[in-house]
Amino acid sequence: MLASWKSYLSMDVTPGEAGSQLWATVYIIAIVLGISLAVIAMNWLERKILAHMQVRLGPMRVGPHGLLQPLADALKLLIKEDIIPANADKLVFWSAPVVVTMTAFITFLVVPFGRTHAVTDMNIGVLFMLGLSSLGVLGIIMAGWSSNSHYPLIGSLRSSAQMVSYEVAMGLAIVCAVLLTSLPTGTGTLSMIGIVEAQNAQRTWFVFKFFPLGFLAFMVFAIAMIAETNRAPFDLPEAESELVAGFHTEYSGFRWSLFFLAEYSAMLAVSSIAVTLWLGGWLRPFANTLGGPGWDLAFSLVPGLSFLAMAAGCFLGAMRMPKIVQMRAQALGLGAFGALLALLGLVLLASGVRQRVQDIFWFVAKVACFMYLYIWYRGTFPRYRFDQLMRVGWKVLLPLGLGVLIATAIVGARQELGAAIMRVVR
Amino acid sequence: MGTECVIGYLHRGVEKIGENRTYPMFNPYVDRMDYVAAVSNGLGYCETVEHLLSVEAPPRAQYIRVILTELCRIASHQVWLGTHALDIGALTPLFYAFRDREEILKIFEKYCGARLTTHAFRIGGCIYETYDGFEQDVRKYCGFFLPKLDEYEELLTTNRIWVTRTKKVGILKPEDCIALGVTGPVLRASGVKWDLRKAQPYECYRDMDFEIPTGLNGDTYDRYLVRIAEMRQSVRILQQAVEAIPSGPIMARVPKVIKPAVGEVYHSIEAPKGELGYFIVSDGSTQPYRLRVRPPSFVNLQALDTMVRGMLVADVVAVIGTLDIVLGEVDR
Repeated sequence: MLASWKSYLSMDVTPGEAGSQLWATVYIIAIVLGISLAVIAMNWLERKILAHMQVRLGPMRVGPHGLLQPLADALKLLIKEDIIPANADKLVFWSAPVVVTMTAFITFLVVPFGRTHAVTDMNIGVLFMLGLSSLGVLGIIMAGWSSNSHYPLIGSLRSSAQMVSYEVAMGLAIVCAVLLTSLPTGTGTLSMIGIVEAQNAQRTWFVFKFFPLGFLAFMVFAIAMIAETNRAPFDLPEAESELVAGFHTEYSGFRWSLFFLAEYSAMLAVSSIAVTLWLGGWLRPFANTLGGPGWDLAFSLVPGLSFLAMAAGCFLGAMRMPKIVQMRAQALGLGAFGALLALLGLVLLASGVRQRVQDIFWFVAKVACFMYLYIWYRGTFPRYRFDQLMRVGWKVLLPLGLGVLIATAIVGARQELGAAIMRVVR
Repeated sequence: MGTECVIGYLHRGVEKIGENRTYPMFNPYVDRMDYVAAVSNGLGYCETVEHLLSVEAPPRAQYIRVILTELCRIASHQVWLGTHALDIGALTPLFYAFRDREEILKIFEKYCGARLTTHAFRIGGCIYETYDGFEQDVRKYCGFFLPKLDEYEELLTTNRIWVTRTKKVGILKPEDCIALGVTGPVLRASGVKWDLRKAQPYECYRDMDFEIPTGLNGDTYDRYLVRIAEMRQSVRILQQAVEAIPSGPIMARVPKVIKPAVGEVYHSIEAPKGELGYFIVSDGSTQPYRLRVRPPSFVNLQALDTMVRGMLVADVVAVIGTLDIVLGEVDR
């Protein structure tokens, strides 16, 4: 039995393909923990980055530079009183956050963090993700309706109307990417891993394919995905000047934190789709121009080195802390955090680990760029009005998506036709 | 949709208090009406009582008054910009505006020890001489603030979302403005060139060279542009005033016990939010017989219904923000 467990490690496929339930479970646990950790990190990063954009400091008190703030917040939310409004529909009220969180997490089943780093390689992976992210709307409607209160109801209606309308544009953009996978061979795929491998085979990320068509499709998706996750500037469901807090107004404590978790993991999920479909998934940057073993080695060192750089930043920060007794614990804490990062960096530099883990690093790094964009938008943009939001969705993004789809199809067909004629001529 | 304003939740009976205090004693109370622009309130009150007494503040006091009032106008507009943008969903301008307003409050604090409810002026002039380096501070502020103003504009003026949220929202026609008694930037944004600093100059505004920015369409975007332009004009006034500030006394000859002759006077100034008027009836005693304040916010607020007719709920938020009301002044 042990042998059969171990045998997976030498294979070059996902646990789902290998039929190894044990490793699938291990992957699922790792992903759930990883996403939760990412949401915690994202919480801290958002507050810090937004604060620095707004010329403030952000959390500084709980832990060095507020590093423990998200943990303190989580603890506070867990021990808060669990309130269910008297007139709420209890069962629906109870199940809404569960539905939202579950759908957001299940999406990650098919996200390929690397060639072998996905729970399974579903042949309809893209459809699966789209379907699940639409299912999230259900949870939001449930939350708004069961609260039995004005603001949540209006917020959830807005939210679901917005998500449904932007899903159309989003779907069109996705079809463009799927269309591109079929190009050289005529065999398209909906599998997330297949899409990345198609980009590998065509030696270009789809965002640069048929410039500007691939880029336009990517932009349509990138805008629609912000609306889909209800973030600024499309954060109408949570417009505090009109609707208090939107669909989760009546929620508090742990249930509220589930919504928070779901919102951020949904952001991670749509960013993962964008990265997979257009930005080459786990492929390292410049694979087509800077090829060869030397560059491969250089790029495989980047993960470890970036962790070491972060560790160096922590050490520098610890040294720059005021030399007073009250700050000693903070300086030590920051130093310890730096040591942890340095250790991780060293592990990532080891040659065996390096090969296997760099895929994950590149994927996560690309998703992290999207997360930064999310925060940046929030720091920059005012909020759309509801009719303007609908106008952007239906009158701008939808025609644009359709046009790009048709153009991609025509350009792609011409290319294939040309190739076929060349074959015949030869 | 239409709206109905239910006001009065911040009513403190300021006017009635005025009837039970001597003239100098009431002076600090006016700061509590429009607490965002306390200096302007004080200026209006002091000038009205000076008119009642037929005295005029000495030139140096007038310049100090103008400098502080223009600083106060900038500070008030900064608060407006921050909160207005926040209501429309832009978080960052609020922090930018408050960061830069801090420098103005520092000047106030150095001048009279208070930051918000300053009580900077007295009937007959100013009680405090400027501190050492006052002129340099103001000059430094002018140089510091203009790039910051460009920064605000970079965030908002050409921002597509900001433009779509504010253009053609809450349109107020010039004739409606006049019929409703709307004043200040709201009136000027509708294209009416009316500024009391030019129309009936008080203090040393006669000597100042500045323009009255006006809008064309009278929508929320124009009001935004007008207020931004007004901040630039304020900087212009500040630069002139700080160069031309004369030396001399800062207090006119005012009797120790202020007992104006029997009579009544109405005097108004251009506060950051519009025409701020005081009407005082004197019965010859040490206390006003009747004191009435014409606050700009209160009068401007009645335009709300006209502005939001046929608009969406989300626009009401934008329109309330653009009217720049301070409820302490609406209810008094």
